[in-house]
Amino acid sequence: MKLIYETSTKDHKALKLPKCNISYELDSKYLRNEKLELPELSEVEIVRHYTALSKETYSVDDGFYPLGSCTMKYNPKLNEEVASFEGFSDIHPLQDTKTVQGALKVLDLTKKYICTITGMDDASFQPAAGAHGEFTSLMLIKKYHDERKDYKRKKIIIPDSAHGTNPASAAMCGFDVLTIKSDNGIVSKEELKKVLSDEIAGIMLTNPNTLGLYEKDILEITKLVHDAGGLAYYDGANLNAIMGISRPGEMGFDCLHLNLHKTFSTPHGGGGPGSGAICCKSKLSKYLPKPVVLKKDDKYYFEENKESIGKVKDFYGNFGIVVRALTYMLSLGNDGIKKTSENAVLNANYIMNNIKDLYDVAIDEVCMHEFVLDLTRFKKETGFSALDVSKRLIDYGIHPPTMYFPLIVHEALMIEPTETESKNTLDEVIGILRKVHEEAYSNSVDLHKAPMTTKYGRMDEITAARNPILKYGDK
Amino acid sequence: MSYVVNTNKEILEMLEACGVNDISKLFNHLPEGAKYEGLLDLDEGKSELEVYNFMKKISKENKVYPTIFRGAGAYKHYIPSAVKNLSSLSNFVTSYTPYQPEISQGLLQGLFEYQSMICNITGMDVSNASVYDGATAACEAMNMTLIKNKEKVIVSKSIKPSTMEVMKTYAYAYGIEIIEVEIKDGLTDKEDLALKLSDKSACFYVEQPNYFGLLEDTKELGNIVHNTGSKYIIGCNPISLGLISTPNESGADIAVGEGQSLGLPLSFGGPYYGFIASKKELMRRLPGRIVGQTTDNKGQRGFVLTLQTREQHIRREKASSSICSNQSLCALRSAMYMGYVGPKGLNEIAKRCFDLAHYTKDEIVKIDGFSLKYNKEFFHEFVIKTPIEVSKINEYLDKNDILGGLEISDKEMLVCVTEANSIEDINKFVSLLKEVTL
Amino acid sequence: MDELKNVLFTKTHEWVKFEDETTAYIGLSDYAQSEMGDVVFVNLEEQECEVGDTIGDAESVKAVSDIYSPFTGEIVEINEVIVDDPGAINRDPYGTWLCKYINISDKEELLSLEEYEESIKE
Repeated sequence: MKLIYETSTKDHKALKLPKCNISYELDSKYLRNEKLELPELSEVEIVRHYTALSKETYSVDDGFYPLGSCTMKYNPKLNEEVASFEGFSDIHPLQDTKTVQGALKVLDLTKKYICTITGMDDASFQPAAGAHGEFTSLMLIKKYHDERKDYKRKKIIIPDSAHGTNPASAAMCGFDVLTIKSDNGIVSKEELKKVLSDEIAGIMLTNPNTLGLYEKDILEITKLVHDAGGLAYYDGANLNAIMGISRPGEMGFDCLHLNLHKTFSTPHGGGGPGSGAICCKSKLSKYLPKPVVLKKDDKYYFEENKESIGKVKDFYGNFGIVVRALTYMLSLGNDGIKKTSENAVLNANYIMNNIKDLYDVAIDEVCMHEFVLDLTRFKKETGFSALDVSKRLIDYGIHPPTMYFPLIVHEALMIEPTETESKNTLDEVIGILRKVHEEAYSNSVDLHKAPMTTKYGRMDEITAARNPILKYGDK
Repeated sequence: MSYVVNTNKEILEMLEACGVNDISKLFNHLPEGAKYEGLLDLDEGKSELEVYNFMKKISKENKVYPTIFRGAGAYKHYIPSAVKNLSSLSNFVTSYTPYQPEISQGLLQGLFEYQSMICNITGMDVSNASVYDGATAACEAMNMTLIKNKEKVIVSKSIKPSTMEVMKTYAYAYGIEIIEVEIKDGLTDKEDLALKLSDKSACFYVEQPNYFGLLEDTKELGNIVHNTGSKYIIGCNPISLGLISTPNESGADIAVGEGQSLGLPLSFGGPYYGFIASKKELMRRLPGRIVGQTTDNKGQRGFVLTLQTREQHIRREKASSSICSNQSLCALRSAMYMGYVGPKGLNEIAKRCFDLAHYTKDEIVKIDGFSLKYNKEFFHEFVIKTPIEVSKINEYLDKNDILGGLEISDKEMLVCVTEANSIEDINKFVSLLKEVTL
Repeated sequence: MDELKNVLFTKTHEWVKFEDETTAYIGLSDYAQSEMGDVVFVNLEEQECEVGDTIGDAESVKAVSDIYSPFTGEIVEINEVIVDDPGAINRDPYGTWLCKYINISDKEELLSLEEYEESIKE
């Protein structure tokens, strides 16, 4: 495809401003001298360029997108329309709160929903994404210990199956990371006990974890951490498995983040914007990012809570995403919320049960909303890797699962179908996975060459990294 | 309702394949005590029509001002229909981070073009594919400059106060110190800057234009900073770069900024996005996603996520940042906007903002009792001293459906004018200011 | 395998070659480069360091491997070849040194080629 710069023609122009005969002069010392190299296009050229780009981008609206841990469910169109209501999209963040009561109501009502779903007491929408929510939650933990003058608590426990964002966020908050080994896919109480001490600030856990398994010892784990004086943080990446069924509040967690762009159906936009809303128990409430939304005499207002960790982002977070998530939750209601998680789990188990005679499952137990295949034996026997299988799935028109994660499974394929896929789709996918298995073992197709049916083949990532070309004009 | 597709009959067939006869049995292994019995204490599901009407009603409890003279970090510019339309193409909206380049070339190329355009407007060498917002971009940039024995961050007090607050939160996280440089006549005090810099300073951060809308002497500030071997970070308004000298021209090592003004709606503060671009030598310290050009196995030009070893999923606790999801769609939308307005358009918009703001200022100071607080060069915002409380003025403007300047003290307001304000709007605004003080 | 005649190894897969008692070059073993795959970048700076310090790392497209100092001493030179062409480490691991040490005052227990080969079999 041509780059936008390559479709540029001198003096082509889309913008037309109103006429104006007012002109002032800027002191030349502040003037831009560098030439502005932006491309020059007419409106129709711009429209065709981006329409062409959109056609070369696979999305949930195209088909099955089983990216484990990413919860690529269908994004209802209603949510998009509601977010574009001018009463939401055209309000300035610094308007008098008298004039944005609706916006504050959205924040307050969404808080009620997510606190009820998670069993927590309070929430903030300031974090912009999951990792930002992790960072913010850990700041609450840091502040909690600092306020108690318990400065020696500098260590965060993280299982080896965790998302990379967990240790990275912990490090950003100045914590040392203690990695503990999983046992048969779940947290080992024995390993945990070995590292507990009065230097522990807390633990970061995902439940169900990244292998799609529910941590069966969760109540004891959070108790052990609490008894050692630490706090427990819940990474909400996998909440879609347990809504209305099990709550982080009852599991013993003190704070958590949610990915509104996963569980609550807001679109992922090719990498964002998401929303990493956080929830906490009341003892951490006073440390939430400021400002917080409060209500008095039926009027909402912002309060600059004094003991807050401060702000983690300008304004109030990705408000437009919160509007979409609220729309979704109102549509679902308490019945739909539970049904969502039940069917997310059913869909995952259905695929797993229909392919596990061919592929090895990393841990062969009832899974939650996702499961992980281990293709180590497959690779040994066929010479084809998890990557090759993934690329072959593209030929059959579906997006590959998450590859090579969690790190504790070597040839991992992590499959998360979500609840919005029909049995018909799942049956097709099962058929494709079985077919690819047959192709590999019969060596009838060279999977190293996949994908074969797409316009673009495999990319040379080595040259890309050795000789970075990061903008138009780089050599 | 829910978005579950399957009928009860299909669900039963699937359960059978899983060896259970009831969906609740899939959760049998959850420990008692962690199970939630019954339904959550929330309303039951509603139809699309009901939800639409309910949300519409809430949206009407917000006041939408047709005319806005308030900025302070969120700017009302005109957004071309083509930009709105293209950014809502569902393939862009409903895709994930482009982990599979063979089926994501459109998005990857779009982000590569975005990176190129950010480099075009800032004059910098390399850009990433966006961060959360302008304030966190400043924090990420600050983090990029921290090295052993250089852990003090110098920040001008003339920056937007909320950016300063976010930087302080991050500084608390990183365990580093922020040293603030005083303001003199609305601008960064150069003598104080020289005093506060030392060989322990990692960087200096300033915004151009600053919070009061004034143009800092960024070139001279850069000279002072580089004398101590510290890095220089400029937070800039991207629209202003159509007119005003670039961070590169001022010697910045890193340029950051809030991208909202490039085609994103006000949306009560988000989603917006932050851009971050640097000199090549800092490339490997950039946070988050970066798209690079390469070729596929058929010899065609293609694009991939690259330099991934900087990132959390590989380097974990040693990553340059924990950022994973960014604000991709917002960045792409701003690229559409930059492509739409082009080099001449960006210059025209910037110049129009500048011209109209100066016209507005001239008209306002003609009114008895109103005066300009700082008599300095500014871009499209300026501080006006008012004869009566700003709150009273804004109440009066509100009755006339105008959102007035931001109250920054009892009798001082920060006024913003953009190309979206017509001469008629401005004249009406000025005459209302006159009326309210009569 | 003449080039391996005077080469010793660390348990962490660096090779070392002494020029004299206090001066040496280090590189990555053949085993290390093959495990890593295509090396795309090496982070390494001139510095003073002690035995066991992480002195830098080597990157492939999707992995990072720390490089540990076998010496207490001073790194005074980084091989320009690995800056321009990190792939040389894959093509010729023992001909491509990473950095040069001087003033070596202490060293970790080093393995002979035979001992090293035995250790990577485990």
